[in-house]
Amino acid sequence: MENIAPQLYTLLVFMVIGSIVAVETKNLLSAVISVSAVGFALSVAFLLMGAPDIAITQLVVEVLVLIILIRGTILLDNTAVETHTDTLAVVASLVFFGLLLGFGAMIFGSRGFPEFGEPLMRVSRVYVQTGLPATYAANIVTSIILDFRAYDTLGEASVLFASVLGALALLRKDGKVKREEEAAA
Amino acid sequence: MTVYFLCAVLLTMGLYCLVAKKNIVKKIIGVVIMDYAVNLYLIIIGYKKGGVAPIIDKTTNPELLERFVDPLPQALVLTSIVIGLGVLALMVSMVIRLYEKHGTFDMSQISKLRG
Repeated sequence: MENIAPQLYTLLVFMVIGSIVAVETKNLLSAVISVSAVGFALSVAFLLMGAPDIAITQLVVEVLVLIILIRGTILLDNTAVETHTDTLAVVASLVFFGLLLGFGAMIFGSRGFPEFGEPLMRVSRVYVQTGLPATYAANIVTSIILDFRAYDTLGEASVLFASVLGALALLRKDGKVKREEEAAA
Repeated sequence: MTVYFLCAVLLTMGLYCLVAKKNIVKKIIGVVIMDYAVNLYLIIIGYKKGGVAPIIDKTTNPELLERFVDPLPQALVLTSIVIGLGVLALMVSMVIRLYEKHGTFDMSQISKLRG
């Protein structure tokens, strides 16, 4: 595909609209559904930009995000949210947006940061050239995450394990002390 | 250049949701939106015009090798997406515990309580 700009802009505008709906809607369940729509559009955008591995991962993760968030919101009988305006938060967000645009203009304007569609690829050129002969992996992304940068993946697995342990510790119904008390009684 | 601008808009929407809303589930949704914006930004940086996915097969010649998109941001974003899921699971379990203890999702009511 030669020119993906129109499809990409359509998806990005859809994502921005979806996030505005997710932020401003009064019902929590519709907010969760809207943020999932944003995530699925993100998956299509990844596919469009030549990243099928990321698109598949994003799709799976998005389904799990939807399930987890619905588990979190289904507790409420009344899922409506009362609205209020927080002027300080609006001002803080606008200041942050201005800073983002300012720094963006600085690095994209004069510091030689590449334009859209022209990546630097200074490090990646080595991976692309030596990926197949050095690791025998046809997929360069796989050869990076499992061979060239395997320690990153080890760290990812540790973080995931730690977060699952934390979630289990928070969610279990009865603690060890209570069970021992019951056994003693 | 406009794609970077739209990414910045998405990030700002997430930050606004995180800062302004009192409902904790809304705050979590803000974090998720910021997560999406950052991942999308990293993938956009690695995109090459007319690029193809970095997967080698029998028909790949050295000329096609030059058309590969940048695989390095893709590998790192793969890690980032999965970690985002882990963080979300931890946040939602905290919210479930808070709701069981206080019976509300409203952050201003929860912070009023002193035990």
